[in-house]
Amino acid sequence: MTFQSKTPEGPLEQKWRNHKSNIRLVAPNNRDRIDVIIVGTGLAGGSAAATLAEQGYNVKAFCYQDSPRRAHSIAAQGGINAAKNYQGDNDSVYRLFYDTIKGGDYRSRESNVYRLAEVSANIIDQCVAQGVPFGRDYGGLLDNRSFGGVQVSRTFYAKGQTGQQLLLGCYSAMSRQIGKGKIKMYNRHEMLDLVIVDGKARGIIARNLITGEIERHSAHAVVIASGGYGNVYFLSTNAMGSNVTAAWKIHKRGAYFANPCYVQIHPTCIPVHGTNQSKLTLMSESLRNSGRIWVPKNIEDAKAIREGRKKGSDIPEEDRDYYLERRYPAFGNLVPRDVASRAAKERCDSGYGIENNETNEGVFLDFSTEIRKKGREAAFEQGISNPTADQIRKLGEKWIEAKYGNLFQMYQQITDDNPYKVPMKIYPAVHYTMGGVWVDYNLMSTIPGCFVIGEANFSDHGANRLGASALMQGLADGYFVLPYTIADYLADDIRTGKISTQLPEFDEVENNVKTRLNKLINNGGNKSVDHFHKRLGLIMWNKVGMARNEHDLKEAISEIDELRSEFWKDVFVPGSDDGMNQELEKAGRVADFLELGQLMAMDALNRNESCGGHFREEYRSDEGEAKRDDEHYTFVAAWEYHGEDIKNEMLHKEELKFENVELKTRSYK
Amino acid sequence: MKLTLKIWRQKDEHSKGKFESYQLDEVSPNSSFLEMLDQLNERLINDKKEPVVFDHDCREGICGTCSLYINGQPHGPDRGVTTCQLHMRRFKDGDTIHIEPWRAKSFPVIKDLMVDRSAFDRIMSAGGFISVNTSGNTQDANNIPINKEDADKAFDAAACIGCGACVAACKNASAMLFVSAKVSQFALLPQGQPESKQRALNMVRQHDKEGFGNCSNTGACEAECPKEISLENIARLNREYIGASLTTDA
Repeated sequence: MTFQSKTPEGPLEQKWRNHKSNIRLVAPNNRDRIDVIIVGTGLAGGSAAATLAEQGYNVKAFCYQDSPRRAHSIAAQGGINAAKNYQGDNDSVYRLFYDTIKGGDYRSRESNVYRLAEVSANIIDQCVAQGVPFGRDYGGLLDNRSFGGVQVSRTFYAKGQTGQQLLLGCYSAMSRQIGKGKIKMYNRHEMLDLVIVDGKARGIIARNLITGEIERHSAHAVVIASGGYGNVYFLSTNAMGSNVTAAWKIHKRGAYFANPCYVQIHPTCIPVHGTNQSKLTLMSESLRNSGRIWVPKNIEDAKAIREGRKKGSDIPEEDRDYYLERRYPAFGNLVPRDVASRAAKERCDSGYGIENNETNEGVFLDFSTEIRKKGREAAFEQGISNPTADQIRKLGEKWIEAKYGNLFQMYQQITDDNPYKVPMKIYPAVHYTMGGVWVDYNLMSTIPGCFVIGEANFSDHGANRLGASALMQGLADGYFVLPYTIADYLADDIRTGKISTQLPEFDEVENNVKTRLNKLINNGGNKSVDHFHKRLGLIMWNKVGMARNEHDLKEAISEIDELRSEFWKDVFVPGSDDGMNQELEKAGRVADFLELGQLMAMDALNRNESCGGHFREEYRSDEGEAKRDDEHYTFVAAWEYHGEDIKNEMLHKEELKFENVELKTRSYK
Repeated sequence: MKLTLKIWRQKDEHSKGKFESYQLDEVSPNSSFLEMLDQLNERLINDKKEPVVFDHDCREGICGTCSLYINGQPHGPDRGVTTCQLHMRRFKDGDTIHIEPWRAKSFPVIKDLMVDRSAFDRIMSAGGFISVNTSGNTQDANNIPINKEDADKAFDAAACIGCGACVAACKNASAMLFVSAKVSQFALLPQGQPESKQRALNMVRQHDKEGFGNCSNTGACEAECPKEISLENIARLNREYIGASLTTDA
């Protein structure tokens, strides 16, 4: 196993250029001798599949969905960052780099983040060439909006469906290669293990979800692009099928898992409505461009709202606490996500929550100020000299509809409230995981030939991701980074020839997979998979959630341990394994979440500081802000698997060196 | 709420299916339609029975995976929403709800309410793209100004989620709304022009090959489309297609 970041030497702004110049190539006439497996077809996997196929490699792509177009990147709403400086507000590659490092609370690799910022502008060019319909202004040029944690407008968007449009662009590029036979697409297939031959990743075992057949697939390299692990909390903004299985399986085969405790809790989601709830819905961060977040100043008003005696609109301006504007005047409602989420929790924990649910957890996101402002502007433009309040409101609502129409409609559909008339109710929810499989500068894990890209890796966002940077990273990895770095590895394989699936290594891994499926299907227990998943979710949310402490984390570790043994004793999976069986799929995924959950709690316990999304109650400033410990914790925690008992996992540290950025207390005041 | 559910159960593509009846009590009006089905499945599992298989994933109306035919309407009674966004407050206590899969020859049933929509992927592979490599070596994005109206129209067409409701709604099981949405998106943008003729011909050819029916302009697809994709797109496809048929050799 190698555990070196392989960051190239030289000045920051020359590292990627120099590295590209020095790594090896695979000549075009040799590329069709090489097979590459890609697991996952979201923005990272899809863009990598399309690009490698265009270059001439034989790509086999796998997704559990019925089509690559359905990967959960599709649900990203707000936008994608790029250092284009189209708005002339003094943006640059360096600023995007700096904002991302600072936003990540100084817990990411300088070299990776700089590269990300460097290739960002090209992503927009590429997507426009593919026909992605980004939002435009009346002059026909691309429009931008602002996102949290930055003071420029660098976010490109397609209404509230940016992820959808980027993914469909990527899916189109894939479709073109599928039509040419350069990508062989395996829909409704789930990777269940990795096959290593002579120390190199050489294939996977996958289950055909329709027929239940266990299949062997070989390749010269395996790329994991299976997304994040937010569903370990049961309730999250992830899709129902999003899972950690592919990433966890390679971890168990030797890939280190980095910073599992870094989880992003997104401040603006629709609050929980009841016990049958299956998932949470995000309201895009872009809404914080126009919405103001508040709770009542008086605790009695909060109570009255919860009890339905008062409405948000009944509370006069002077009795509202716009707590983000109050605490963080420089960034206001556009502070980064971790800061906004903690501030909402602080208000609700103090009794000011306005949502009528078990925990009273909810705050207002109010558009009335913006509706009035934009309404007045529109009236002026239209030459209406003395507009009535009603005219202003109508014009303002029209402006809001053009900008956020689909989000408002989605909100109304779910809550039955009209957000044009009453403020939205929102609360933080699990959204994204910054942690993931450890990779070096080339995006290769500690298993040679096993690469990890997109949300599945740990590399670019440190302890907190800034809004609109996930789409940027997924496409940067898949279009512009991996296709270069993987060639350097594959250059050794041009004479290897096809990897046989009849090797004993395939026999062994396939047997393991079958044994485990058999165990699950014949377990004969009494409780459903969801029963265990919900209990795991509660432990994670309460003890490894927005605020953590030593006592709770220790409890979580032992509770998850017990839950895991109970799962294997008492889980019931109906049906058989020789056909479509959605419960069997879920059971395998939850079994992996139970192991990961424990590691997350261990990682959180080990990190005796607060940084980004990881907030330890013991480590905070007098003002309640996160307090880092740079002397002892400026490292990536990379965990190595050591057998079934997760408590035996071994910690390795990659020291983070900051040569270009000075470590400072992150302030958005 | 108390409900009676009549749900289509079918073991696999080749078995015969039939409706099964289920009673469900204590459904919260705030639940989504799919959460109501989760509730049923949880009960079936506790009774050691096989749960109902249905497709779903994002549960926020964007991935296009969910696909139920509810009381004779794709995605149920609300307009402009997918099944996963449909909420139980739309139904009344004591209602009987019929739930079926998409019904179309080109969408064979996999199990229960789940169908195979891979025909849509094959139509996309036949021409649903702009042939530009992903090297990033293109011109600066702002070198191609596009007037806002065209960009917005292209976006509206591109909002299609590929769920297949248009096919399920159509008496001819035609997928023309799906095809036209993609053809229109690219036809409206300058980047899509060089291959626009070939694209229309290839996608329509694949559409026919997959066994989807012809469009007879009843407009049921537009009415049932959860993304309210306009019938205008089919008119644009027809123009593109006829123009291409008259001027290309293919």
